[in-house]
Amino acid sequence: MGEKPVFDEMWGQDETLREPYQGFHDWFAEEDISRLRAKQREAEEIFRLTGITFNVYGRAEAEERLIPFDIIPRIISGHEWTKLSRGIEQRVRAINAFLHDIYHNREIVKAGRLPEEMISGNEAYLPQMIGVQPPGGVYTHIVGIDLVRTGPGEFFVLEDNARTPSGVSYMLENRETMLQMFPELFSRNRVRPVQNYPIDLRRSLAACAPNMTTDKPVVAVLTPGIYNSAYYEHAFLADQMGVELVEGHDLRVIDGRVAMRTTRGYTPVDVLYRRVDDEFLDPLNFNPDSALGIPGIMDVYRAGGITIANAPGTGISDDKAIYSYMPDIVEFYTGERPLLQNVPTWRCSEPDDLAYVLDNLPDLVVKEVHGSGGYGMLIGPTASKKEIAAFRDKLKARPGNYIAQPTLSLSTVPIFARSGLSPRHVDLRPFVLVSPEGVKITPGGLTRVALKKGSLVVNSSQGGGTKDTWVLEE
Amino acid sequence: MLGKTAGGLFWMYRYLERAENTARLIEAGQRIALTRLEAGDAEWTSILQAGGVKSAFDEEYEAVTRDAAVDWMLRAKANPSSVLSCIEAARHNARLVRTALTGEVWGATNAAYMKIREMLARKVSERDLPEVLREVRQHTSLVRGMTHGTMLRNEIYDFVRLGTFLERADNTARILDVKYYVLLPSVSAVGTSLDNVQWETILRAVSARGGFRMEYGAGGGPAEITEFLVLNKRMPRSLAFCIGKLRSNLSYLHRGVEGQLPSMAMVDHLERQYLSHDIAAVFERGLHEFIEDILGQLGQIARQVEIDFRFYE
Repeated sequence: MGEKPVFDEMWGQDETLREPYQGFHDWFAEEDISRLRAKQREAEEIFRLTGITFNVYGRAEAEERLIPFDIIPRIISGHEWTKLSRGIEQRVRAINAFLHDIYHNREIVKAGRLPEEMISGNEAYLPQMIGVQPPGGVYTHIVGIDLVRTGPGEFFVLEDNARTPSGVSYMLENRETMLQMFPELFSRNRVRPVQNYPIDLRRSLAACAPNMTTDKPVVAVLTPGIYNSAYYEHAFLADQMGVELVEGHDLRVIDGRVAMRTTRGYTPVDVLYRRVDDEFLDPLNFNPDSALGIPGIMDVYRAGGITIANAPGTGISDDKAIYSYMPDIVEFYTGERPLLQNVPTWRCSEPDDLAYVLDNLPDLVVKEVHGSGGYGMLIGPTASKKEIAAFRDKLKARPGNYIAQPTLSLSTVPIFARSGLSPRHVDLRPFVLVSPEGVKITPGGLTRVALKKGSLVVNSSQGGGTKDTWVLEE
Repeated sequence: MLGKTAGGLFWMYRYLERAENTARLIEAGQRIALTRLEAGDAEWTSILQAGGVKSAFDEEYEAVTRDAAVDWMLRAKANPSSVLSCIEAARHNARLVRTALTGEVWGATNAAYMKIREMLARKVSERDLPEVLREVRQHTSLVRGMTHGTMLRNEIYDFVRLGTFLERADNTARILDVKYYVLLPSVSAVGTSLDNVQWETILRAVSARGGFRMEYGAGGGPAEITEFLVLNKRMPRSLAFCIGKLRSNLSYLHRGVEGQLPSMAMVDHLERQYLSHDIAAVFERGLHEFIEDILGQLGQIARQVEIDFRFYE
């Protein structure tokens, strides 16, 4: 890879304007650069005033930062989207079936398609979930599938975020900001709306309410608190859904239900959209030092007294070691060929793979199996000899802790740079809702963009920005 | 609604109100300083006392000077009642209760925070002080206006109002008390033109000069001003007005709940004991003692509201 030219989503591989960008291109050609510069500043001001910030980890004084927003939309045609969403739906259904299976009969292990130690030896696997039937049969109510693109029809899944995917507030606020700043762009292009997401989310969660629910299901969002890096999003979603935003100390187990402390006493909660990790959910069942959780909630959950979304123990399905088995997993549960490709992955736990990886470090991306946020990874092509040598030692010491992938030639999308449009690498995280009523994929998602020229790292903690993502009507 | 959210709203609006009133208090101090004849910084001692921040101030500073007092009340991080601390606390609480606020209210609060933090990043010169104080009042008023114009009149709004009026009653009482402290060293000045100027300053500090003239014409002295600020039921910063609002908002919250709310009983008691007599009775009792009593009772009511509505447990 890397030999053929990078695929630009506006200009393709041969400088021919691609069809979805036609309307945008005509508009941009008439625009005055200095007006757009002012608009870029205005966007920042809107974000600052709205308080769309994230808190930076590990700082003594909680610092609020803006994720840079780029005003040039990333545009996907209706046709491309239809194809993509079929693949996403297939993958998400397979993930749910997989989770049900590994916590019940383990047919996939019996069939010899997945080694048993991949499950029992996995930190994200929760024995407390064995035999538990989640209300509505749903494990992953909210999924964010990270995709990258390398060519016109070539999408790869980079990661399945099946725990508590974040970023959806940026999808919504980016669109809101664009609508405010460039209304004329939306009259020229038929862009599919994303604004229904919060209502869809609430419906979807309510549809998974436990059988004990007597009245209209009471939904609440559980946040670790105001200092969490994604607090803005937690508050935003609760607000948009019109439900309460609770912390662990607002909740208590009373008479076999989880109840929240209101001004008039305790009221049962039916569905808890938790943005707290498994480990911290219940000090009685998991980490005893957790101050963020609710003592005893797992016992209520196992007895069918509350829905936890996503279900505890879903983390195993987005684990990077399991990832390499995803094509098998999709095939095993759906009986179909996977519509979305996996990035080829070497498991360093296997001696042959490890040998190959050690021989080819300068060409590979090596990731920690349980890492996230772009930390603790090696990007071979851009790393120095010294960095590679240091990483080689880490890799040899704990090979099972790593996987390796080829460096993909990620597609680019133009950003608004000092001198006008300039291509930068992007990824895409569409958001998927799962309920007994079906799988719903919001047309759009979060486009993360590496603002530094040539950079492949799109994480906001590492200098990445975001863009509004358009899906056009077919 | 969540007890925690009720508590967050209550404190958000208390802090907003306190920021505004601290600004008014500084303004009152500045005016008294400009209109007195003898040298010295005596009025700043009374301003600090009235703001309830004198003892903490003494731990930081050797002596009371105008500059130190203004800086302490305006921007000291170590002073939880400084304008800057209040605005930060208000915004912190607003983030906590973000889901209970409209986007407009949140936006106005955040804008107030950004603007005021920027203005108070450095020491404020005497020349810039009026403008800074005006900005503080305008921004807090904007939040109040957004609240009034966009928020649903439900439980949420009741806690907003409880916080606002509890704090305002507390502040009006304190501003009135300034007069007591200022008057102490110069009993001989009672009834002089200087005395009247200072009383007028009190009126200005609660934006009540125009209202007072409407009610009392060109006349009216200390007794009338006190009456206006304590007993007038139409003056939006008077004790009677604020405490009447506490009663009405508590009664909305009380609907559909059995039994008497302890906090409600305390408000009833306060109104009966302190606000149902004429102003002569207040002076007979002693204005300072009267205010001290009311401040104590307001503190107890605030604690009882926390308990009655499960703010913390």
